[in-house]
Amino acid sequence: MSSRPELDYRAKSHLYYLAFACHRISGLLLACFIPLHFLMLSQSLRGATGFERSLGLADFWVFKFGEWVLVVLLAIHLGGGIRILIIEFGSWRGLRKGWIEISILFAIACGLLFLYFAN
Amino acid sequence: MSNTDLKVKVWRGAEQGEFVEYLVPRNPNQTVLDVVTYIQRKLDPTLSYRFACRVGMCGSCAMTVNGVARWTCRTHVAKIVEGDSLEIAPLNNLPVIKDLATDMREFFNKWKGAVGFFKGTQSRHDDFAKVEPQSEERQLANAGIECIGCGVCYASCEVVEARPNYLGPAALNRAWTLTNDVRDMQQLDRIRAVAGDAGCHACHTQGSCSERCPKGIEPTASIAGLKRLVARAAIRGSKWGKL
Amino acid sequence: MNAAVLQAKLWYAQRISAMILGICVAVHLIIIFYAIRGGLTAQEILGRTQGNLAFALFYEIFVLACFVHAPIGVANILQETFPKGRLAVPLSFVLAILILLLGSAAVFGLFTGGAL
Repeated sequence: MSSRPELDYRAKSHLYYLAFACHRISGLLLACFIPLHFLMLSQSLRGATGFERSLGLADFWVFKFGEWVLVVLLAIHLGGGIRILIIEFGSWRGLRKGWIEISILFAIACGLLFLYFAN
Repeated sequence: MSNTDLKVKVWRGAEQGEFVEYLVPRNPNQTVLDVVTYIQRKLDPTLSYRFACRVGMCGSCAMTVNGVARWTCRTHVAKIVEGDSLEIAPLNNLPVIKDLATDMREFFNKWKGAVGFFKGTQSRHDDFAKVEPQSEERQLANAGIECIGCGVCYASCEVVEARPNYLGPAALNRAWTLTNDVRDMQQLDRIRAVAGDAGCHACHTQGSCSERCPKGIEPTASIAGLKRLVARAAIRGSKWGKL
Repeated sequence: MNAAVLQAKLWYAQRISAMILGICVAVHLIIIFYAIRGGLTAQEILGRTQGNLAFALFYEIFVLACFVHAPIGVANILQETFPKGRLAVPLSFVLAILILLLGSAAVFGLFTGGAL
């Protein structure tokens, strides 16, 4: 005896749900990160030397990797967000698969550009 | 084509129960409804399920097949079978009466809750209402008007699962088509009904409804229309009055 | 304000702030790609932002848009994931305050360079 089945991954295995999931997860992670990001930047209130000291923390590779992840998350969330705005405010042309493709390419491009410019 | 029997797991019970496996001989052009019917007629007469037209017009035979809500009469086994296995369960998000039959009352109550029904100002003694077929409202209504209330979209929606009060894609789609019915006199009640956290703004554009609708209706479009309408009404007031 | 009007206004506010953020984020990404070339020091950052009113105004608008956009989104997620809980709104308010205070402090700090 068990409980009746509920919606599982099979119900959600389509492109538009995946787009929603990426948008939600990237948004949630960004919401967690932004206060820390602002906290770091507010160290500039300590003047150039104090700021430099706290920026030094970010030299550890885990921070560098984290920064890269955040740029990619930002790109994903931006691409997905524009898609939602077009769906909700633009003329109806389906669930805008094209915008999902643009978002993926944009996120990859941002990830690569960050690696290129950072080192 | 394989000649081994299909291994079909079918939900037996109600909210509590279990999957029972049946062996069903394969046939060419077999639909999932054929399979369920075979089980009930030849293997286990205690199986409860719903169907009516069996030709894809009424929507009564909607069930969850391999995790996805479908019309079983329009689902060919060959298209969705996994090896030689099938899993058949009742529609999600609705209480189970028995086995594959769900209680559709909450689905239709929400339709009413969204003011998804028509009420006009004229009577049989008045002249026919004139609705311009090429008008924008009529075109918008046309896009969503073919809904037969099968429940597939409702069963596929994660927001319905997460928010028990959420009116759901079918009710909101119907409300939208009626918002575009120039003869209807309940528009203010309707936009009030579809606002709130059980209404259109709870939709996250996951798109399962539009993806799964067997009639190709896109409730996501209707809900987007309602979102704009309700937001405008909340800020500036609507042409029918203040929200 | 009844619940329906509130939900509609929150939705609208989140979408309007999203439009503002769309522009801000695009500009910010370009600035970031430009700024990280050859590493990033406090000197370099402050060299660009200190006394720069345009920078300060742009980023304060950015902060205000985040302050509106993120808490509404987080509130929705919490309300759906924990329907019986009552922390969704308080936690979102906390996030809103953090974004507003820390963000404005960051903008102010970068504008003044610590020289108050």
